[in-house]
Amino acid sequence: MYKKIILAVDGSDHSLRAAKEAVKLAKGSEGSKITIVFVADHDSAKNEVLHSSSSAELDLQRRKKLQPVEEAMAAAGIKYRVEILRGTPGPTIVDFANKEEFEVLVIGSRGLNSVQEMVLGSVSHKVVKRANCPVLIVK
Amino acid sequence: MIEKIKLEWFSNIKGDILAGIVVALALIPEAIAFSIIAGVDPMVGLYASFLIAVIIAFVGGRPAMISGATGAMALLMVPLVRDYGVEYLLAATVLTGVIQILFGVFKVAKVMKFIPRAVMIGFVNALAILIFMAQVPHFLGINMVTYIFVAVTLAIVYIIPRFFKAIPAPLIALVFLTGAAIFGGFELRTVGDLGTITQSLPSFLIPSVPFNFETFMIVLPFSFALAIVGLLESLLTANIVDDMTGTSSDKNKEARGQGIANFVTGFFGGMAGCAMIGQAIINVKSGGRTRLSSLFAGVFLMFLIIVLGEMVIQIPMPVLVGIMIMVAIGTFDWTSFNYLKKAPKTDSIVMVATVAIVVYTHDLSQGVIAGVVLSAIFFVAKISKIKVQEKLLEATHYQVQGQLFFASVDDFLDKFDFNVEDKDIVIDFTDAHIWDDSGVGAVDRVVLKFRENGNKVEVVGLDTGSQKLIDQLAIFKSDNAKLPTH
Repeated sequence: MYKKIILAVDGSDHSLRAAKEAVKLAKGSEGSKITIVFVADHDSAKNEVLHSSSSAELDLQRRKKLQPVEEAMAAAGIKYRVEILRGTPGPTIVDFANKEEFEVLVIGSRGLNSVQEMVLGSVSHKVVKRANCPVLIVK
Repeated sequence: MIEKIKLEWFSNIKGDILAGIVVALALIPEAIAFSIIAGVDPMVGLYASFLIAVIIAFVGGRPAMISGATGAMALLMVPLVRDYGVEYLLAATVLTGVIQILFGVFKVAKVMKFIPRAVMIGFVNALAILIFMAQVPHFLGINMVTYIFVAVTLAIVYIIPRFFKAIPAPLIALVFLTGAAIFGGFELRTVGDLGTITQSLPSFLIPSVPFNFETFMIVLPFSFALAIVGLLESLLTANIVDDMTGTSSDKNKEARGQGIANFVTGFFGGMAGCAMIGQAIINVKSGGRTRLSSLFAGVFLMFLIIVLGEMVIQIPMPVLVGIMIMVAIGTFDWTSFNYLKKAPKTDSIVMVATVAIVVYTHDLSQGVIAGVVLSAIFFVAKISKIKVQEKLLEATHYQVQGQLFFASVDDFLDKFDFNVEDKDIVIDFTDAHIWDDSGVGAVDRVVLKFRENGNKVEVVGLDTGSQKLIDQLAIFKSDNAKLPTH
């Protein structure tokens, strides 16, 4: 079915649930591969740099957020790779997904709390609007 | 070489020019407001932002970073300008450049990693508080219209970006409210009340101060503080840009570049500056990636001043106040409150102490230095905790755990019970390390003191480094060694 799957995660519980659905999709056909995308938000760069002692530590923190997702992939024996992108989450995910021509995009329904969502708008909503491939939003 | 120039200048022309324009527009209100904080004509800050942005484009170590007149630097200059005048500030700016070039040559950027994050968090928070405090006299208790203008400015800068991002909201507030003030004829203080604008390019002039030792001693402490704070903010900003772009940068080159930029700026009537966290973030978010954006931002800024100079002096002060309040809010690290709850108590103390000292002295450099010293003391106190466990096997075993050095020697000596006679004693250093001659001296004392009472003492489990120190310095090896009398 889908061989080229992109999974957008932010380290929240929602994105872990999305990961499990992505695994189900991947299992549907032989030789499919999941690309896990995490966006380091430009808006939190100042804060994150200030609170970490080195860039190596910051990288490690980000990879740690992805660990449960990676474990879910590994446990199911799915091939995957991790891409850490930088920018504003919504547009950055869309640009990457469209450029690399993925067949399906999987994303959690919400990671932000409701106040943040009201101010910033939902990332998944933006992605649905602008991505060229089918999008699976996981509740 | 040509490849590198291409990459660092022309790999992203459209994005860089657009970002440069956005940055230039956002720089105008800040450069003017920071000049007013420092107590100098707006031109001093505008020239500085133009010159530094352009020079750094060529000699900086971090492409896509924006430098110019900043609040941190302006706050340090206040007493110098007040007591001695602007010419001394220009001299101090030149000397700041020289000090920073030396920092770069001697690779001081590396020392930055010894500045704990608690101090850096304290630094940005203190900076935010000082910027805010500097605004208070410009709006408190003047008149009702002033309050309204501040409030409207804040409303514009926080609401408009949600719907419209192409033009920086502070500039929209500036243009809109300046117009409103002129046509409404409100009674407001303007930039013109505090200084003048000259619509010309900066020109070379040697600061007119007496060239003697006295002048040097007046400006040196200021230059030193400016050099440290400028470098600190520049390297923090460089790290942020590194992270935002996923690339690395040459920190020593940046230190040198900041030095060159300040050195030159001082001779052209500009005040000392450094990298700007807020502007650098705006630049990268607007698509700036190479040196071109910084160059273009500087050039476009100067162009705007020459064209719009007339309007600048009519800008009402409360609008600048509103923009500076926004800058202060943006600078403050709002996760600090969470940090205070979660971080180790000593880190929290260092952070709060850094802020408190800066707010009290109005000097960012003093807060940073005090914060670093305080964390060093806490660190030494933490690792100087040494444990000695006594175990009775066929011989009396003392298991030492921890770091043995000058700060832990007293603790170490207290742990032994010397009221024993004719016993076999083993002191085991497997889980310990000896760092200096005070540590070796302490081992000497323990061994010799036990021996005085006819005990047999053996020292075991030394790691290579500790063994080497013992071999070089210890006296207990020789059987007729005596306890030093002091």
